[in-house]
Amino acid sequence: MTTDNLVEVEDVAFAYDQRQILKHIDLVVPRGKMVAIMGLSGCGKTTLLRMIGGALRPSEGEIRVAGRVVHRLGHDELFALRRKMGMLFQFGALFTDLTAFDNVAFQMREHTDLSEPLIRDMALIKLQAVGLRGAADLMPSELSGGMARRVALARTIALDPMLIMYDEPFAGLDPISLGVIGQLIRRLNDALGATSIIVTHDVAEALDLVDYVYYMSAGKIEFHGTPEQVRSSKHPSLRQFVYGEPDGPVPFHYPAPGYRQDLLAQ
Amino acid sequence: MMGRVAEMLRALGARIVDSWIWRVGFATRFFWLILKESGTSFRRFHLTIREIYFAGVMSLIIILVSGLFVGMVLALQGYDTLVRYGSSEALGVLVALSLVRELGPVVAGLLFASRAGSAITAEIGLMKATEQLSAMEMMAVDPMARVVAPRFWAGVISMPLLAALFSAMGVFGAYLVGVRLIGVDEGSFWSQMQAAVDFREDILNGFIKSLVFGVAVSWIAVFEGYDAPPTAEGVSGATTRTVVTSSLAILALDFVMTALMFRGA
Repeated sequence: MTTDNLVEVEDVAFAYDQRQILKHIDLVVPRGKMVAIMGLSGCGKTTLLRMIGGALRPSEGEIRVAGRVVHRLGHDELFALRRKMGMLFQFGALFTDLTAFDNVAFQMREHTDLSEPLIRDMALIKLQAVGLRGAADLMPSELSGGMARRVALARTIALDPMLIMYDEPFAGLDPISLGVIGQLIRRLNDALGATSIIVTHDVAEALDLVDYVYYMSAGKIEFHGTPEQVRSSKHPSLRQFVYGEPDGPVPFHYPAPGYRQDLLAQ
Repeated sequence: MMGRVAEMLRALGARIVDSWIWRVGFATRFFWLILKESGTSFRRFHLTIREIYFAGVMSLIIILVSGLFVGMVLALQGYDTLVRYGSSEALGVLVALSLVRELGPVVAGLLFASRAGSAITAEIGLMKATEQLSAMEMMAVDPMARVVAPRFWAGVISMPLLAALFSAMGVFGAYLVGVRLIGVDEGSFWSQMQAAVDFREDILNGFIKSLVFGVAVSWIAVFEGYDAPPTAEGVSGATTRTVVTSSLAILALDFVMTALMFRGA
């Protein structure tokens, strides 16, 4: 079955230790597009991303990537599919015992029989794409947060994946690094002809970048639409999320007994 | 009253099953998985060599220095006892047999557990906590084959070598103290040692012991690291458990193996 969608999530639910984390998720990611999954911390968006990568199995429903149901693949088939996927982890997850260069070359050495001079050229091209060819010999501990994220991005695209997944790519970055990473993500997606899924709660950056947005809250998809539709939406919790209002449908206070009652309890 | 006793027994049972039997089962499955994924460690032997450097070569200083001191102390104590029976020339035999049969494998094993085992656990635990293992898996590279198995085999290969070096340094230390310092006859020190130490009975058995300790310590170290909760407390707890469990395992296994190997024939 060929469709224009690279990723299709159909009525997926996920429970962990009897705690329902995701409920009835339907989501599609068309080929060549960038789709954002947004929502508050803990709403289940990273879980969803991990299921698309095959690291977790849905308790109900199915997830198809390139027409194949991810959780029904055997170990070898799943690994074959993952070679065509790239994932950027929240804090980069660079291998701390390897230099920036060796991090980028890691997959090339593991998965290809290319000669070392060719691997060197390819890894330097990837590092050049993120502007860090000059930092090739630095260890991850010598890189700033933004630089580490860019090296991780170069590593993610090392084998030109068809699907790139980003888990909170903007978390903890200064404004300049944030802008740089944002532009890189868009440019790389278009240059590689890849498809991207970005999980984030960084509204302003994501809305400028992506083609389509899914907004999740408490394990459900509450709203989806183009960035314009998101900005003009009247959906109360989405409005609160987009405009960063401290109180609204998502309460400021964690559930607790009455304040007065609590203070006068002694 | 009975209800409370039953409740306590139930809690104890749950604790033993959850934290002990479950973990032993998990560790055993983990061991088979290591063996299954070991191909890479030998096909791409440079991965294992690199870990042998960190686990083995970096442990050399502590092993060599400890071996020297243990040998010197053995010589002092051994001479003190032997001279009462007028057999101080048997010092070489005493020291060599103690080292090759027992102290070499056991003390080197204990030092290896605290120097290399704890480092392996902490490294794998931190790799897990910083999502390096998940990242590897998402890159279609199996961490069992790429991270765990080479460290395991590096430990298994390093341990007998370290034990042998420990014993050799111990014998040298005993020579320094016994022959050079105290003045035991050099000829009888070496010749009696040579005559009394049997290759199969003593050296081979000592080698087998150190190999078994190598498997035990490496297995515990990689398992604790892989199983560590991905937090600071989790990794520190796992590192402590590696040292404690490995040390107890070494002493218990040593008793069992000594009972089986040396029957005073």
